[in-house]
Amino acid sequence: MKFKGFDFFPHNTKWKIISWRYVFIGVSWALAIAAAGMLYGRGLNYGVDFKGGTLIEVQAVSGNLEISGVRDKLNKLGLGDVQVQAIGKGNEALIRIGQQADEKAQAVAAAKVKAALGDGVAIRRTETVGPTVSSELKRTGIYSVIAALTGILIYVWFRFEWQFAVAGIVALVHDVFITTGMFSLLWYEFDLATVAALLTLAGYSINDTVVVFDRIRENMRKYKKMDFEQLLDLSINETLSRTVLTSSVTAVAVLALYLFGTEAIHGFSFAMLFGIVIGTYSSIFVAAPLLLYFGVTRDTVQGKQDAAAKSVKA
Amino acid sequence: MLQFTRWKTIATLAVCLLGLLLCIPNFLSKERFDALPVIAKHKFGLGLDLRGGAHLLTTMDLDELRKDWLGNIQDEVRKRLREAKIVFTPPGIQNGAVNVRFPKPEDTEAGLKALQPMAQSAGNALTGATGRDLDIKQAGPDFLTITPTEPALNERATQAIGAAIEIIRKRLDPDGTKEVAVQRQGRDRILVQQPGVETEKELEAIRNTLRQAAKMTFHLVHPTMTAEEAKQTRVPSGYMLVPATDRGPAEELIETRPVLTGEQLKSANPGFDSQTNQPIIQFSFNSTGARIFGKISSENIGRRFAIVLDGKVISAPVFRSAILGGSGEISGSFTVEEVNRLSTLLQSGSLPAKLTIVEERVVGASLGADSIEQGKRAGMIGLIGVAAFMIFAYGLFGVFAVIGAALHVVLVLALMSLLGSTMTLPGIAGVVLTIGMAVDANVLIYERIREELRNGKTPLSAIDAGFARAYATIIDSQLTTFIAGLLMFALGSGPVKGFAVTLTLGIITTVFTAFTVTRMLASWWVQAQDRRMVPAPL
Repeated sequence: MKFKGFDFFPHNTKWKIISWRYVFIGVSWALAIAAAGMLYGRGLNYGVDFKGGTLIEVQAVSGNLEISGVRDKLNKLGLGDVQVQAIGKGNEALIRIGQQADEKAQAVAAAKVKAALGDGVAIRRTETVGPTVSSELKRTGIYSVIAALTGILIYVWFRFEWQFAVAGIVALVHDVFITTGMFSLLWYEFDLATVAALLTLAGYSINDTVVVFDRIRENMRKYKKMDFEQLLDLSINETLSRTVLTSSVTAVAVLALYLFGTEAIHGFSFAMLFGIVIGTYSSIFVAAPLLLYFGVTRDTVQGKQDAAAKSVKA
Repeated sequence: MLQFTRWKTIATLAVCLLGLLLCIPNFLSKERFDALPVIAKHKFGLGLDLRGGAHLLTTMDLDELRKDWLGNIQDEVRKRLREAKIVFTPPGIQNGAVNVRFPKPEDTEAGLKALQPMAQSAGNALTGATGRDLDIKQAGPDFLTITPTEPALNERATQAIGAAIEIIRKRLDPDGTKEVAVQRQGRDRILVQQPGVETEKELEAIRNTLRQAAKMTFHLVHPTMTAEEAKQTRVPSGYMLVPATDRGPAEELIETRPVLTGEQLKSANPGFDSQTNQPIIQFSFNSTGARIFGKISSENIGRRFAIVLDGKVISAPVFRSAILGGSGEISGSFTVEEVNRLSTLLQSGSLPAKLTIVEERVVGASLGADSIEQGKRAGMIGLIGVAAFMIFAYGLFGVFAVIGAALHVVLVLALMSLLGSTMTLPGIAGVVLTIGMAVDANVLIYERIREELRNGKTPLSAIDAGFARAYATIIDSQLTTFIAGLLMFALGSGPVKGFAVTLTLGIITTVFTAFTVTRMLASWWVQAQDRRMVPAPL
C-alpha cells in the first residue's frame, strides 16, 4: 500500500510575520478593546446558572409552537421578566422566568407557567437556581478560570523560560477574553457549560503556542548565528502546517457537536469553535512576536543551556 | 524507536482487547447484563440529564441548629445553678453565646465551678483536633459566658447533615427500590437525585418532603384557661400560644415543655377511624415513650393534650383513660393522602433543622433519550469527519490515526465503566472533543516525519525521528489541557464535572493510543516492507 495522502498545506512558506507584528498586535488590541467595551457596556447574557431564576424547555406535542401565543399567555401571569425564545425546528422553546421573591415563590411561578402552557406542550427540562447558588457558581467559575490560567502559567514556566510563560499566558488570556467578548456581542447564553468551554479552551489553545515555542528553542540551539527576528519567523513558518492542521481536525470534531448536538451544548460548542480559531491566530501571530517585547534574546535560552552543560561536566 | 518489542505488542493488544470487553456491558439489554458474571458487571452510570429525573440541592439552616443548641445550654445553665443554690439573673443569648450574671459578684467563681462540667470533649478524632465543645469563661467581674466552640459546631453540623441524609432517604425511598441518591455537598448542602421524576405533581411531593422538618411534640393543654382568655389577659409563665390547624379554636394555650417528642415514636401508620371512617394516623411509642405516656395520661385524665407538628397543633384530644399500651392515634381533618405522607414523615424521623431548596434541575426522559441519540450522532459524524480529513491528508498513516482515535473512544468508555463514572451530556461533548484532540498528536508526529523527509532523511529514520521528537511536544500540549481538566473536576459542579471526567480520561487514552497503537501499526507497516527499500510513507 502506497497511498500517502495529500500534502496540501504549503511548506517552506516565508511569511514575514515578525516585521508585520505591529499590524497583528494592533488587530489583537482592537479586538480586546472591543471585547472590553462589549463586556463593560452590554455585559453578558447570563443563564440561570449565574443569574438565578427558572429555565423551562418545552416542545409542542404536535405541530409547531406558536411563540407569540405562548408569550402572550405567560405575560398575563404577572411574574415579572418572562422571556420566550424559539429553538430547534420551530416546535420547541426556552422560557426564562426571572428571580422571584424567594424559593417558594419561584416554585409557584414555575408551576403557574407550566399550568398556563396547558396540555399542548410537553415540559422537557426545568432548571431553577436560587440566588445563593447562582452567586456561588459565578464565584467558583471565576476562581476556576484564574486557577486554570495560573496552573498553565506555572507549567509553561517550568518547561520554558519565564518570558515564554508570560507570552503564552498573554496569548491565552487574549483568546479567552475575546471569546467572552464574542458571547456578549452575539448575546449567546453564558452558563456553566460556557465556563467549561473557556477552561478547555485555555488548556487547548496553549497547545499550538507550545508547539511554536518548542521549535523556537530547538532552532536557537540549531542556528547559533541567526538573527533572532529571522529565527522567530523561521520557527513560525516551519510549524505553520502543524498549528493549522491540528486546530482544523479538532475544529472538525467540534463542528459536528455544534451542528448536531442538543440545545444545551450549543453555547459550549460555539465557544470551543470560536476559541480554536482565535487560539490558532494568536499562536501564530501574537505569542511568538510577544517574545520580542519580553526581552527574549539568544542568551535567555543559551545561558541556561551552557550552565546546564557545565554542571553536568562538573 | 520503531522496534516494537514482543511484550510491548502483547501488552498493547491486551489493553485494547480489555477495553473492548469492558465497553460491551454498556450496550447490552438489561436481561443480558444481569446474566453477566459479577466480574464483568461494570458499567458507567447515566447522568440525570440523559436518563431523565430530578436533581434538588438543599441547604440546611445551620443557624437554627446553633440556636437550638444555645437554647439547650440556657436550660442546662439554669438547672445547674439552681442545683448549686447560686443566685443568678436569667441567662440570655447574645452573639452566639449564653451569658449569665450574678447579682453578687463573689458568686461568679462558684458559678463557674458549677458550670464547668457542662463542657465535654469534642472534635474529630481523625484530625486529632480535640478540645472542649463549650468554652466557659468569666467575661467580667459578675458574669460568665458559655460559647459553643467552632469545631463542636462543625461536628454537630456534620452529624445533623448525616442524620438528615438518612431521614431523607427513608422518606423518599422507604422500600429502597427507587435508586434515590442523597449526598452531602460542601458544608451545609444536601443533594437529592431521583431518576424518573418529571411531573409537577411528583416534584411538589418531593419538595414538600424535603421542606418539612416533621418535628412532632406532645404538650399538655392549659387545664382551665383558653387561648382567647390568655390573649386578653396574659400568657401564664410556662405556657405558650400555638396556632392550630385543627377545627375549633385558632390557637391553643399549651405548656412550653413537651412531655414527649417524636424521637420516642416507634412507628406511625395510616389507618381509618373504626367509627367515623375518617383517615387517621396510628402510632406507637418505644418502651420509654410508652412508660412516660402511660404515666402522663393516668395523671391527667380529663385534661386535653396537644400533638404539635412543626409548630402547629394538628390535634388536641382529651385523655379519657390511662393509655398504658403506648399506642394511640391522631385524628385531625386529614385526607387520605395527607395521612399517608405524614405517617411516612413521622416514621422516618424529624430533620434536625430546616432545609431550603436552592437549586432544582429536572430533565424529562424523552429529552434525555434525544440527547443520547444526538450525542451518538454528533460523535459518529465527528469521527467520520476527522477520519475523512486524516485519510485525505495522510493516507494509510491517516488510517492508523483513525484506528487510534476509535480505540480512544473505546478506552474512555472502558475506563468510565471500570471507575463507575457517570456519563452526562457535557461528558459526551468531552468525548467528541477528545476525538479531535486524539488525532492532533498524530498530526504532530506525521508533520514531523514529513519535515524530516524533506530534510533528506531516509524514510526509516524519518519515521523514527517523527515519533521520537514529537513526543515531548505532545506531552507538553496534552498536559496543559489535562491541568485545566483536573481543575474543572476539583472546582466544578454538575455539568462541568461531567465534562471534566471525560476530558481528563480522554487525554490519558489519547496519549496512549498515539504512542502505542499508532506506533505499533506503523512499525508493522515498516516490517512488512522490503528491509533496504522502505518507501516514504507520507
